[in-house]
Amino acid sequence: MSQVAERHGTFVDAFEAFRTSSGFGPEWLRTARAAAFGRFLEQGFPTTRDEEWKFTNVAPIAQIEWQGAAAQISVINRDLPDGVTISTLREAWATQPALEGPSLKSDHPFVLLNTAFFEDGFFIHIAPKTVVTDPIHLVCVAEPGDAPVMIAPRIFVVVGEQAQVSIVERYQGRDGQPVLTTAVTEFLVGPGAVVDHVKVQQEASSTFHMASMFVHQHRASTFASRAVTFGGRVARNDITATLAGEGAECTLNGLYVADGDTLVDTHTTIDHAQPHCPSHEVYKGILTGKAKGVFNGKIIVRPDAQKTDAKQTNKALLLSGDATINTKPQLEIFADDVKCTHGATVGQLDDTQLFYLRARGIALADARNILIHAFASDVLNGIRHDAIREELEVALVQKLHLPE
Amino acid sequence: MLLEITDLRVKAEDKDILKGLTLSVNPGEVHAIMGPNGSGKSTLARILSGHPGYEATGGSVTYDGKDLLDMDPEERACEGVFMAFQYPVEIPGVNNQYFLKAAVNAVRKYKGQEELDAIEFIQLIKEKARLLEMDQSMLNRAVNEGFSGGEKKRNEIFQMAVLEPKLAILDETDSGLDIDALRIVANGVNALRSPDRAIIVVTHYQRLLDYIVPDFVHVLSGGKIVRSGGKDLALELEARGYGWIDDAVGAQA
Repeated sequence: MSQVAERHGTFVDAFEAFRTSSGFGPEWLRTARAAAFGRFLEQGFPTTRDEEWKFTNVAPIAQIEWQGAAAQISVINRDLPDGVTISTLREAWATQPALEGPSLKSDHPFVLLNTAFFEDGFFIHIAPKTVVTDPIHLVCVAEPGDAPVMIAPRIFVVVGEQAQVSIVERYQGRDGQPVLTTAVTEFLVGPGAVVDHVKVQQEASSTFHMASMFVHQHRASTFASRAVTFGGRVARNDITATLAGEGAECTLNGLYVADGDTLVDTHTTIDHAQPHCPSHEVYKGILTGKAKGVFNGKIIVRPDAQKTDAKQTNKALLLSGDATINTKPQLEIFADDVKCTHGATVGQLDDTQLFYLRARGIALADARNILIHAFASDVLNGIRHDAIREELEVALVQKLHLPE
Repeated sequence: MLLEITDLRVKAEDKDILKGLTLSVNPGEVHAIMGPNGSGKSTLARILSGHPGYEATGGSVTYDGKDLLDMDPEERACEGVFMAFQYPVEIPGVNNQYFLKAAVNAVRKYKGQEELDAIEFIQLIKEKARLLEMDQSMLNRAVNEGFSGGEKKRNEIFQMAVLEPKLAILDETDSGLDIDALRIVANGVNALRSPDRAIIVVTHYQRLLDYIVPDFVHVLSGGKIVRSGGKDLALELEARGYGWIDDAVGAQA
């Protein structure tokens, strides 16, 4: 134990200092933080011997002495319609009942760190039957400091019965000293509610983005997420969606693009706990340089979850000889009347398609550009906000140094 | 002379396929290339279009005074060479109309012309789409994705109509077509016949030549043109089969 404590010495000192500050929160949160930090110290950082971290080495994170810093997270909407409440988490925990979402049950090391250290973030509440037409934008900026800093942004969203909302989360940052972003986002989706979620991660290549999202869906609710990840030194997204009510529908789509020496890792779990729930998952990766991609898609079908219809696809496009991808579907099915399909493909740009385009006069570089966009299109086209989609198409071109 | 092929030798997958093919094509002419399976018909079409799987090991191809074999596929297309694919390629995620606009503008840019804007482009393709009986839904779908065999071939000729090449090569455009689709495709090709455009029709069957009447018919066998004639040669082949040609060539040798 003393050895572990020494290894996490800076965290222990920081936690002791934080414990006496006003930001440590009310009783329920103090208890949750102490438990989370205790579990983190017990476990320590994972190693590649841990199945969940087999291809993603976090030793570089463990070796850095991180300073705490407040997460710079803001809501950029000016006018919010009636029925929408957005408050800082500090305000929320003073006025709301305990915000005990699924994250507090997680043993994920970076969720534990976030729970122990988050100072602020946002609580978003959409009242029942409220239809919010304009998306709510949250922007988190990972600003490098003089020394490596850890930020712990946290977003807690409660969507009331039959309400409808679109939430956009963006993570941005500049190059400089390393930044460790331990983001935690939670969605409690009420019965019949409809949620559209977009996450855009565009931090610097010196950033470690270790994010977890938890989605808890009640009956007949719909949750659709499109996550676009442009990588970092390590960008890891863990998504856990629990279909806890009959007829809930979940879509988890994502596009990850990585170049240079970066790594993008996506671990998803869709937990079918109730019958008649469809889930759809399409993840596409474009990797170049020496970039590494990891995709692990777990689908659990519980004994009660008859008539589950789960589809999962992971496709990776490798644009260089040194880029690699590790992809693994993981199905755990305990019900007998279900449909579960999964497929993974890994490949280069198709030569016959390239030739077809060139044979019509389109230059090789432009033909490659067209095919790369086509590959990304079924994820990007699902983003309903035109301005964001168009911006991401431009970002894709710049990231891959394609002709404009 | 638009196209001058001299003693052309071509290799694919380490096999010699064309073994000294010579052919001259003038503007305004329609040449049919016929021959049994494996005679090298499609190889000829593909080497002319710049297909990366085919390598010229000897001879020359001069197109419009330039060395065709020295050009990239896109350069050939921009110079006015068009091949209608035997097996048109499906490209999921790329809208058919978007693709065609990219092609038209690539060719225009190459020629130093202004690129077409969206409205000018729609005007350009409207009439050609009617010619090939292409409806709007075919234009809005992904390139060839989920198209029937007939739709794919119509899409090829539609592209040809829009790009207005100087030299069009139809690689077994008739294969797999029912008679209605064949008529539509042939009408499209005939509408494009003009004194300054040459067309090479590669086909296994004479049937297409009832609709696209050639000026010359060449029979390819064993990687060479073994017989050339007028349109009656196609009828003779249809009546007597390719075996007759092989026998005749064998007798000569």
